[in-house]
Amino acid sequence: MKAFAELLDRLLYTPSRNGKLTLMTNYFRATPDPDRGYALAALTDGLPYAFPIRRIIVELAENRFDPELYRLSRDYVGDTAETLSLLWPKPANAGAPPRLAEIVERLKFIGRHQQAAELASWLDRLDVTGRWALLKFLSGAPRVGVSARLARLGVAQAFGRDVTEIEELWHGLEPPFLTLFSWLEGRTGLPEKSLTPVFRPLMLAHPLEDPDWEALNVAEFAVEWKWDGIRVQLSGRGGVTRLFSRTGDDVGGAFPDVIEGPAFDAVLDGELLVVRGGEVAPFGDLQQRLNRKTVARAMIEKYPAHVRLYDALELDGEDLRALPFVERRERLECWHRDRRPPRTDVSPQLSPASKDELREMWQGARHGGIEGLMLKRRLSPYLAGRPKGHWYKWKRAALTADCVLMYAQRGAGKRSSFYSDYTFGVWANGESGLALVPCGKAYSGFTDEELKELDRFVRQNTTERFGPVRAVEPKLVLEVAFDAIQKSGRHKAGLAMRFPRIARIRWDKPAEEADTLDHLMQIAE
Amino acid sequence: MPAMPAFETWLRPDDHGLYCVPGDFYIDPHAVVARAVITHGHSDHARAGHGAVLATEETLDIMRLRLGEFAGGQLQAIAYGDVLTMGDVTVRVVPAGHILGSAQIVIEYRGRRAVVSGDYKRHPDVTCLPFEPITCDLFITEATFGLPVFCHEPDHGEIGKLLASLAAFPERTHQVGVYSLGKCQRLIALLRQAGYDRPIWLHGALRAMTDYYMSRGIELGHVPAVAAATDMLAGEIVLSPPSAIGDRWSRRLAEPLASFASGWMRIRGRVRQRGVELPLVISDHADWPELLDTIRETGAEEIWVTHGREEALVHAVEAMGLKARALALVGREDEPE
Repeated sequence: MKAFAELLDRLLYTPSRNGKLTLMTNYFRATPDPDRGYALAALTDGLPYAFPIRRIIVELAENRFDPELYRLSRDYVGDTAETLSLLWPKPANAGAPPRLAEIVERLKFIGRHQQAAELASWLDRLDVTGRWALLKFLSGAPRVGVSARLARLGVAQAFGRDVTEIEELWHGLEPPFLTLFSWLEGRTGLPEKSLTPVFRPLMLAHPLEDPDWEALNVAEFAVEWKWDGIRVQLSGRGGVTRLFSRTGDDVGGAFPDVIEGPAFDAVLDGELLVVRGGEVAPFGDLQQRLNRKTVARAMIEKYPAHVRLYDALELDGEDLRALPFVERRERLECWHRDRRPPRTDVSPQLSPASKDELREMWQGARHGGIEGLMLKRRLSPYLAGRPKGHWYKWKRAALTADCVLMYAQRGAGKRSSFYSDYTFGVWANGESGLALVPCGKAYSGFTDEELKELDRFVRQNTTERFGPVRAVEPKLVLEVAFDAIQKSGRHKAGLAMRFPRIARIRWDKPAEEADTLDHLMQIAE
Repeated sequence: MPAMPAFETWLRPDDHGLYCVPGDFYIDPHAVVARAVITHGHSDHARAGHGAVLATEETLDIMRLRLGEFAGGQLQAIAYGDVLTMGDVTVRVVPAGHILGSAQIVIEYRGRRAVVSGDYKRHPDVTCLPFEPITCDLFITEATFGLPVFCHEPDHGEIGKLLASLAAFPERTHQVGVYSLGKCQRLIALLRQAGYDRPIWLHGALRAMTDYYMSRGIELGHVPAVAAATDMLAGEIVLSPPSAIGDRWSRRLAEPLASFASGWMRIRGRVRQRGVELPLVISDHADWPELLDTIRETGAEEIWVTHGREEALVHAVEAMGLKARALALVGREDEPE
């Protein structure tokens, strides 16, 4: 438990991705089974055993501490579990600290009335970091800024493997992942294939650059619309259907409307969208349904989910990945015509006769739910990762607006000494005349040199400070590029930009000439 | 036997600080006064411009280094253990274990003894003499960490964390925020105790006090200036004032990993607020158990609490069956570390 507690403690405060990977890599190499497997479970899908941590913390705190001192401490620290971990006295003869595996394995059998006593005995045997980590761990997701994908990447790097190999196995494995680690350490062969749905690592596209366009032979490529949803894999086997995100996380819980159809045996590649009456809804609608564990009926009716399929990796037990794209497409269309799974359709193929026609299609791509074109080489097999020269994404040209820099915030990690996160606004008619309304935030798109200049500007033009944030004199115009803009009730301006980034710094342009809110409203979808 | 005068008749807080009436002096006053007794050299205790100043030789040296000609009109040194008569009281100073030269002030008046602790700690510290508990009737204590959530770690464990991080991230400069007087030199000494013999690089603001400590015979090894470095100090330890963390100054370092050595690092919210990646719970103040143990050890019947989180400490002292009072002195920093 000590090593795991130290890992969680450091992960919590380490902002950089590489730093987190280093910490996890060291941990997975140095920690024995089955502890590391349970740690991996905690960092990815969580543990299967629920523990009523809130009720028990209150119960323990009430009985053990002077109520006045507890209240003052709780008010000062601001977090109940942390307060308990700090206040807990270490008894003289508590015994050796419990191993993580010991705790997890005990959780399986623990009765409701033993829970508080058991937790108390563990707390007795741990140091303050251990107590904090245990309470965090028992409360479900550890929330230390590590995604399931990053944790799997940490395991892969620890043993010099490609993360896609682990992702492919992942959904057939269970904590504490003994077969996985044994294979990673070269002690045994690949873990056995599972009888439940599996995730197959995705094939990803490169952005189409000018030289790619120059060299492009239209006849060699299949063309589809690029849908503005999220990439998913719909996977069925053994009577169960699962919906995986592009990183192999099971997101089916939030989309029962997609996975509760008739069973099938296939692995399908497609785009998750909200579709009403055949029309693709803006991305904001889909966002309402993302990042949830479960979903209410009303949400399903208001934002009906749909998977637009464009590839098949497996059909009826047959692995199609070695076949050329055109053949896989044909098999997919046949299969889909035959089975007609609800809430799905097949993304139509476009057939431009020439490069000019292709370009026209791309230029006309600015309408409902489409963010550009996908070009897929007709003869390419399905290759995991982002292989060069096979698939291209050709996003429609970005929109731009001239906005005024209003606030800047310090970045993290390498950028911690720079004001690198910028909030910008446009002019709107308010009660007291024309005023700036914040309409977005960007922290990319500029060079290192430009970052230094922006940082200098912020420091020299600060009007107010709020902790790590500075308000600046509204006089610098930023040309902001974004993929789309939608009306949104969540933002003060009533608008939400997608992927805003700084396209240019307009040192030359007076702030009064920046764009207006009316203008942005006009171009919003 | 006549009734003993209440402590308030001869020791009282006013808007200049804590005043000893029969001795006619203030202890650590925050405003300019004619006669001051100073417990130690930190700026919220040793202020500029008093008329006469009585303190240990080290504290006076530190005041001269920090304040120059404004250290005071007449500076008088008093050695640990020496007894001095001031008006109707006697005064003596004993080590407080806080920083070099730090002292508790022991005042005796008509058979009654009061001890003003100043800032103190009970954790071992090779850069100053250890705290000496004095039996007394009135003990006036600080309460910087006066909440039961503050229980400082053994220092060697925290130093171990720093060294382990250095091994895990050899490409990054480990920039540790430290207060320039006391914490800086103690951290260096702790690293040397742990066997760390590489150079420890110093921000310019830490130079004067570190040189002073070394001139008093405290071994700190090779402590070069960051300004003299020829590369970005990847994998090295750099000490700087806390304010230089994430500041432009730190851009000269290799992907600096922000660390901070302070008792406040016990609280996760504080760590996040400061943008610290590697918190080290190393404090020069007494933690909660030390506060309570020290109060018990003095045998005092009455406890006054000068600054910090007084409410909890007053509550705990009253629960011990003693009389307690929060002085709420103005002018102390909220985070004097």
